[in-house]
Amino acid sequence: MKILVAVKRVIDPYAKVGPLADGSGIDTTNVKFDVNPFDEIAIEEAVRQKEKDPSIEIVAVTIGGSECTEQLQKALAMGADRAILVETDQAYDPSSLSKELEAVVRSESPDVILMGKQATDGDNNQVGQMLAARLGWPQATFACNVQFSGGKATVSRETDTGEETLELPLPAVITTDLRLNEPRYIGIAGIVKARSKPIDRRAPVTPGGTRVRSVKVESVPARAAGKKVASVEELMNELSSRGVGA
Amino acid sequence: MSRLLLVAFDPTDALGGAGFAGALGLPFDVLLLTGQAAPGIGAEKVLATGWTELPPSDAIASAVAGLAGGYSHLASVSAMRSKDALARLAGHLDAPMVTDVIAAEGPSQFKRPIVAGSLIETVAVDGNPIVLTFRPSGFSKPAPGAEVAADNLNLPGTSAVTRVSVSSRGGARPDLTQAKVIISGGRPLKDADTFERVIGGFADAVGGAAGATRAAVDSGIAPNELQVGQTGKIVAPDLYIAAGVSGSTQHMAGIKDSKIIVAINTDPDAPIFEIADLGLVADLYQALPELQEKLKK
Ligand SMILES: Cc1cc2nc3c(=O)[nH]c(=O)nc-3n(C[C@H](O)[C@H](O)[C@H](O)COP(=O)(O)OP(=O)(O)OC[C@H]3O[C@@H](n4cnc5c(N)ncnc54)[C@H](O)[C@@H]3O)c2cc1C
Ligand SMILES: Nc1ncnc2c1ncn2[C@@H]1O[C@H](COP(=O)(O)O)[C@@H](O)[C@H]1O
Repeated sequence: MKILVAVKRVIDPYAKVGPLADGSGIDTTNVKFDVNPFDEIAIEEAVRQKEKDPSIEIVAVTIGGSECTEQLQKALAMGADRAILVETDQAYDPSSLSKELEAVVRSESPDVILMGKQATDGDNNQVGQMLAARLGWPQATFACNVQFSGGKATVSRETDTGEETLELPLPAVITTDLRLNEPRYIGIAGIVKARSKPIDRRAPVTPGGTRVRSVKVESVPARAAGKKVASVEELMNELSSRGVGA
Repeated sequence: MSRLLLVAFDPTDALGGAGFAGALGLPFDVLLLTGQAAPGIGAEKVLATGWTELPPSDAIASAVAGLAGGYSHLASVSAMRSKDALARLAGHLDAPMVTDVIAAEGPSQFKRPIVAGSLIETVAVDGNPIVLTFRPSGFSKPAPGAEVAADNLNLPGTSAVTRVSVSSRGGARPDLTQAKVIISGGRPLKDADTFERVIGGFADAVGGAAGATRAAVDSGIAPNELQVGQTGKIVAPDLYIAAGVSGSTQHMAGIKDSKIIVAINTDPDAPIFEIADLGLVADLYQALPELQEKLKK
């Protein structure tokens, strides 16, 4: 079985970021980048599946600039077997990303695509579902448990009100949610081993481009400064004066 | 032709769409994925799939794609179920999509939060149709008129996927996204029993919903569907009480639209106090029972 894991390089999710002065984008001066946390969960899941079934091959793929090799290195260090960088300086939106990923899928023919439910920079939550639709494959988004057997995936997924379990014929697209697993810590051994694993650099085969264009990025209007109260009694008085619980 | 199809997963969903349709300034129809009648929100047509329960999202996406012909915009209230199905729909239609719209500047320019709600991006969209999910709290909520019976389309709902089981928790408490009062707890709630007793008990006493941080969900203190924040639910109650919540960017992303935020935390320097309207430096185990008594009255 072959698992393709889609990985995005994103702004460190714990960094505080602001807009560029002219509003043309996000100011990333001195900001670190990392693997999108949900994609890290996807890699971890693939590696755990491979630990159960060593015949599994794990291929990590990123679409982006040459700096993204850093994130692919991390995927390899976690346990992916090889990586593909679709190297481009073009801008993409989720729709054009799904087309480029579709091309990678057509050339790799994986049985399963594991990816994050959302990238924590754009918070779009679109690429996995769009890719599944383009391929005509079944999808299970927001996965919190994944099992493979007999050409099928059994996936428990988070819903708005609880959980449901789906059975999907393979090939299928699965997107990860937070509770699926806790990604491992990467040791030196993994990092050293990753160096000998191949990263295949390819040119994009689709035109890319964005139909959802960024016009402006701005800060969120701050909430008015709050007030500290000294007791529950004072809290109640303040709430009553604002029309609550009176 | 410019026309909006509001895809309502259930009839209450339609209610949240009235203000959004108004902001777009387009004539609109409602498609009820479940239910037979919609609240009167000014739709020209009310259609229904005829489904008694929601099929998996591949079935929803292909059914809606079959109706998409006459529409320039297809939109739903933001939720996990709508993101699941509408992004697949956008893939089917090769349509551009905008998630979590909080404001519309005309029919093809929208505002949405990015990077855990710490920034707002304005996007311009080229394409027809455009697929959208929107957060109702950003739009006005007109009082609904008389219910309108739907025209049943008897759409197929066949899926490649088999649903093996469904579990729903939460019981009788109001839904987080609808609740007027929310009490949320974080890591210091220790375990599931304590969370249910302290936070759940508070919620029941004041007729509110219970919420949680990711730290609480990750450590098994609270069920996943109670997670509030960037990667959980986005809430907009009249009163949000955060007890033992540090106030991470990711958590704040989910609560910014609350009218009043109250924070109870033992650490006077906790970041939650920077956005709370009212902050009380106290042990939640002492403060909450007292507050619960007083709010109950
Ligand atoms: C990709 C990503 C997505 C995330 N998405 C979300 C999300 O959607 N929602 C979310 O919440 N988090 C999210 N997080 C996690 C987030 O970064 C924080 O780790 C989390 O919100 C912290 O939860 P907490 O406040 O319960 O725990 P802590 O940060 O540990 O805070 C506990 C607080 O309780 C206080 N306290 C301790 N004892 C008491 C007491 N007896 N009485 C009163 N106060 C007390 C402490 O002073 C402290 O401030 C995400 C993180 C990542 C990386
Ligand atoms: N540039 C990219 N390269 C590879 N995968 C990506 C890229 N952008 C997004 N993805 C994948 O799509 C998922 C959802 O992203 P999004 O729809 O943008 O929130 C991510 O978690 C990744 O798995």
